[in-house]
Amino acid sequence: MRKVAVIGVGCTPFGEKWETSFRNLFVEAGALALEDAGLSGEQIDEMFVGNMSAGRFVEQEHVGALIADYAGLATNHIPSTRVEAACASGGLAFRQAVTAVASGMADIVVAAGVEKMTDVGTGVSVDALAGAADREWEGFAGATFPGLYAMIATEYMHRYGLTREQLAAVAVKNHRNGAKNPRAQFRSEITVDTVINSSLVADPLRLFDCSPITDGAAAVIVAPLDRAREFTDTPIRVLGSGQATDTISLHDRRDICTLDATMVAGERAFHAAGVERSQIDMIEVHDCFTIAELCAIEDLGFCAKGQAGLLTEEGATALDGDLPVNPSGGLKACGHPVGATGIKQIYEIVTQLRGEATGRQIDGEIGMTHNVGGTGATVVCHILGV
Amino acid sequence: MSVARFWRKQPQRYNLEGTRCETCGRVFFPPRTFCPDCRRDGKIVEHRFTGTGTVVTHTVIRTASEQFDAQTPYVLAIVQLDEGPRLTAQVICAPEEVSIGMLVKKAFRRIGAESASGPLYYGTKFVPVE
Repeated sequence: MRKVAVIGVGCTPFGEKWETSFRNLFVEAGALALEDAGLSGEQIDEMFVGNMSAGRFVEQEHVGALIADYAGLATNHIPSTRVEAACASGGLAFRQAVTAVASGMADIVVAAGVEKMTDVGTGVSVDALAGAADREWEGFAGATFPGLYAMIATEYMHRYGLTREQLAAVAVKNHRNGAKNPRAQFRSEITVDTVINSSLVADPLRLFDCSPITDGAAAVIVAPLDRAREFTDTPIRVLGSGQATDTISLHDRRDICTLDATMVAGERAFHAAGVERSQIDMIEVHDCFTIAELCAIEDLGFCAKGQAGLLTEEGATALDGDLPVNPSGGLKACGHPVGATGIKQIYEIVTQLRGEATGRQIDGEIGMTHNVGGTGATVVCHILGV
Repeated sequence: MSVARFWRKQPQRYNLEGTRCETCGRVFFPPRTFCPDCRRDGKIVEHRFTGTGTVVTHTVIRTASEQFDAQTPYVLAIVQLDEGPRLTAQVICAPEEVSIGMLVKKAFRRIGAESASGPLYYGTKFVPVE
């Protein structure tokens, strides 16, 4: 297999983008990535687009071709493929692009993610997102996505004695980071009181435990490492990739509080990269809900089960902590356009490793991403290094 | 959910009819037509569950999809059936009553409706065991 590097990145500001369409969001992110790599469209060999549910959100399928068309690449007839794994669609699109380059099938490949979620009302978006779980046996009973993570939180608090304040500390930390990120949907700091006084969505999760509904797109470009310096002075190497699946339903898991797919995908990425956990300088994890960030830190092996809440409360995961988690603000504050999130995580780590994360810069050489589909039925992890 | 899609699962939804692998004895609910342990050596037959179980974890849904909006707040739980399998279902009790370890039994109830004038969907919820 060939070694692979990221040679360009682009990301739209995240938020409620009433004025922008699905296709224009993608074009904006793609153009930024091409400009960053100093590429012209003719040099692109292939494209993978992560998108969860354009069919529900904007009633548009056949997204691969649409995106290629509006990016001006359809007349070149490049292969363009939509990748779907619910909220892990972006992470999987990146993995497909890396695989294509590593295998030698293609040289210059775009991995992008896009989601336009605010063109429908809350009821429709809640229902569309519930499709990430088992529609027949979870959704039919009235399960919502926050409801499923809430059931993880209920059992976790019961078993490990996690406090309401510790859970809130995740959101407080991520808003503090998001306030420093010009692309974040929410750029205001909050307090523990903000979280615990916000309205209940699914007990014990409150509004400020939940990532928002977001429009946004991100794109990155990968190339063989030995060609990377043709395009950039600061290639970021893809050191390892790991992907895993688990049961689609939360109720069928071995353990309600553990995402086994996170453990396996993480282990595979560490193994592929030949990197120890102690070498990771920063990580972007999938904090679709506050409880999810705690599970991610533990299931990736950075601390023992039940300890992540205390570590968060003590500041270990802050920008200046031992292991900064979600410097972008995470899904909570940066926003969560579901198909774009996995690519935004790559964007953030690349920006950090290049030393370009003004205002939230972490000193480090190796970063990691962790992107989850559903309640943990798909997980994909990547390790990147300078 | 289309009428056909609901109709073909009526035995499972109304009566907790799952499946059992005669080769290894493992029981499945929701039903599986392929045993993950025995694979092609498995022999899957119908199996009706008794419908008694225990609450493994729970929540109270306050914001729901449009179909369930009128029912909020409602208690949702993962219930472990006495035979072993787990499923996600509503528990009919006040939000403050539900707890981990609570004993429950199945109850035939209306789950929802397609629209104001569309078909009604029935299925299994759980009630606390007195």
